[in-house]
Amino acid sequence: MRISPTKFISLLFLVLSVFYLYTAYNIQVFAFDENAPFNARTFPIYLGWAGIILSSLKIILPEKLTTEVNHKHLDYKSIIYLILISLIYAAVILKIGYFISTSLFLFASYYFLGERRWGLMFILSFPFVAAFMYLLHGLLNIYLRDPFLKYIGVMG
Amino acid sequence: MIEGILIGLSTALSLTNILMVMVGCFAGTIIGMLPGLGPMTAIALMIPITYGFDPSTGLILMAGVYYGAVFGGSTSSILLNAPGIPGTVATAFDGYPMAQQGKAGKALAIAAYSSFAGGTISAIFLLVAAPSLSKVSLAFRSPDYFALMILGLTAISAFSSKGQFLKAMMMVVLGLMLATVGQDSLSDITRFTFNNMNLTDGISFVLIVMATFAMSEALTIIFRGKDPNRAAKQISLTELGSIKVNKEETIKMAKTIPRSSILGFLIGVLPGAGATIASFLAYGMERNYVNEEEKQKFGKGSVHGLSAPETANNAACSGSFVPLLTLGIPGSGTTAVMLGALLGFGIQPGPRLYQTNPEIFWSVIMSMYIGMVVLLILNLPLIPYIARILAVPRNYLIPLILFFSVTGIYLMSFNNFDIFLMIGIAVVATFLRLYDFPMPPLILAFVLGGLMEETLRRSLLISDGSPNFLWDRPITLIILLITITIVGWQIFSTFRKKN
Repeated sequence: MRISPTKFISLLFLVLSVFYLYTAYNIQVFAFDENAPFNARTFPIYLGWAGIILSSLKIILPEKLTTEVNHKHLDYKSIIYLILISLIYAAVILKIGYFISTSLFLFASYYFLGERRWGLMFILSFPFVAAFMYLLHGLLNIYLRDPFLKYIGVMG
Repeated sequence: MIEGILIGLSTALSLTNILMVMVGCFAGTIIGMLPGLGPMTAIALMIPITYGFDPSTGLILMAGVYYGAVFGGSTSSILLNAPGIPGTVATAFDGYPMAQQGKAGKALAIAAYSSFAGGTISAIFLLVAAPSLSKVSLAFRSPDYFALMILGLTAISAFSSKGQFLKAMMMVVLGLMLATVGQDSLSDITRFTFNNMNLTDGISFVLIVMATFAMSEALTIIFRGKDPNRAAKQISLTELGSIKVNKEETIKMAKTIPRSSILGFLIGVLPGAGATIASFLAYGMERNYVNEEEKQKFGKGSVHGLSAPETANNAACSGSFVPLLTLGIPGSGTTAVMLGALLGFGIQPGPRLYQTNPEIFWSVIMSMYIGMVVLLILNLPLIPYIARILAVPRNYLIPLILFFSVTGIYLMSFNNFDIFLMIGIAVVATFLRLYDFPMPPLILAFVLGGLMEETLRRSLLISDGSPNFLWDRPITLIILLITITIVGWQIFSTFRKKN
């Protein structure tokens, strides 16, 4: 038996709702609040039940409008590269600072998306980020934490 | 009211704010023009820039971006038959055929004049309706607000789900679930944090908007890059033609604009309905109004067919501000983003905004109108140049969108947990979009989640835990009956399709 992707997502949502409801029932409330008409558990419990009912209906009821996705037309390779670069960017941004990590992120993203005009790639990464940082930090006075630039004395 | 208008004008006409309207309209036009990126993404991308601004200036910038994005969406509809936003799909029906006949400049001018006229008429309606509704809404109590939020969430699910109501309702529940993460507002008890300190304050609204719109839009564009139906089309920028509109076309527009404005504004006021429904209904209504000869021209470059949806979608934009400014309850995904931004500035919209922060209330209304004027006199002559943005390759566009999204979150918290969380939510949202799970209901539910729990808490405490509060007050009962009607209609139409 083949389960449609929509029903599979609904099944995942059902599992999430059951887990959410279980966690909601286990929220620790103050002793005097335990039997109150409304406490920190009430709303999440309603939501958990709503999620279970809606996802069950979606699973049980027949699908009239099916969403067809042709997987041959999906570019899995580029999206995986892009997500990986984003994750690495998030992991290093605090360690090597905003300027270098962001510039490298942009440069790498252009490259993995198929761009090979090196001069343009460079301009739209390092000088572009520097100009953006100047706009935020220098002109709009929005604090932008960058330990590296602070260390080399570019930022105060 | 005159005093309010003058307060609004004096705030909106300051040099900084005029500059913000111009920048907002320009940036919004560029972002809205890019297929796949709509006003919600445009406004979300502006949030980090407004951190250092005062509330009026920040909101004026966002209002400019909103109108600019709607106008930009029309441009890509007309030139490429690739609507930037759903609200401009109907614009493409007659705008694109007109462009193919070598009259792209004229089509853009008709769209701009119609948008301006629709916006002007609806801004007048807004000026009259908003203060009166503010006074009426002071009579609303917690049960009424709770019922109204249920109505708004049901309506947006019904209207934005393309016939898949259950999917949209699941997104509503998911949005509400995400809103419950963090400390309970009354007891300070932490919920769903799993002992992670980063979640104690809850998930930030900006993070959710960036993840579900800006970042997931960008990922979707890359993901569907090989889809032949979505392949980028090219436009010859030398074939735009004249932007002059002749007398006959002006007369046709003059007939269409008033009725489409009224329809658009009224639909915009309704919770959940917005520019998309307004533009389609206006197109359909116009087709019924015109004579048989004109009817034959629909879909082949009709002036009526282009003017009606353009007028209605702009009128609906103004209309959608009525529930936001008077009740504090956004009626659409875009106004939900605006509400999040308002809350970020420490302003709670609602009936009292009119009394407590009149300068914000009026300056937002006045800046909308100034935005219209700016769009007309600044953007229209620049269209041949702005349209070049359509030639920007996605290899550059996508990384820049991701860069703005990450920067927005980094500026807020200087914390990489939030960036990881945003990437995770964006990936999930991308897959959900792929299977037509709509995102606007999730955003609206996330924004309303806290307020909804608060009003339910008050209602249940007052009624001592009894559900009587749902039918004790006539207003609550009427609102809930409308909600039940919408749900009933969805069930009925589902069975009708089946048969």
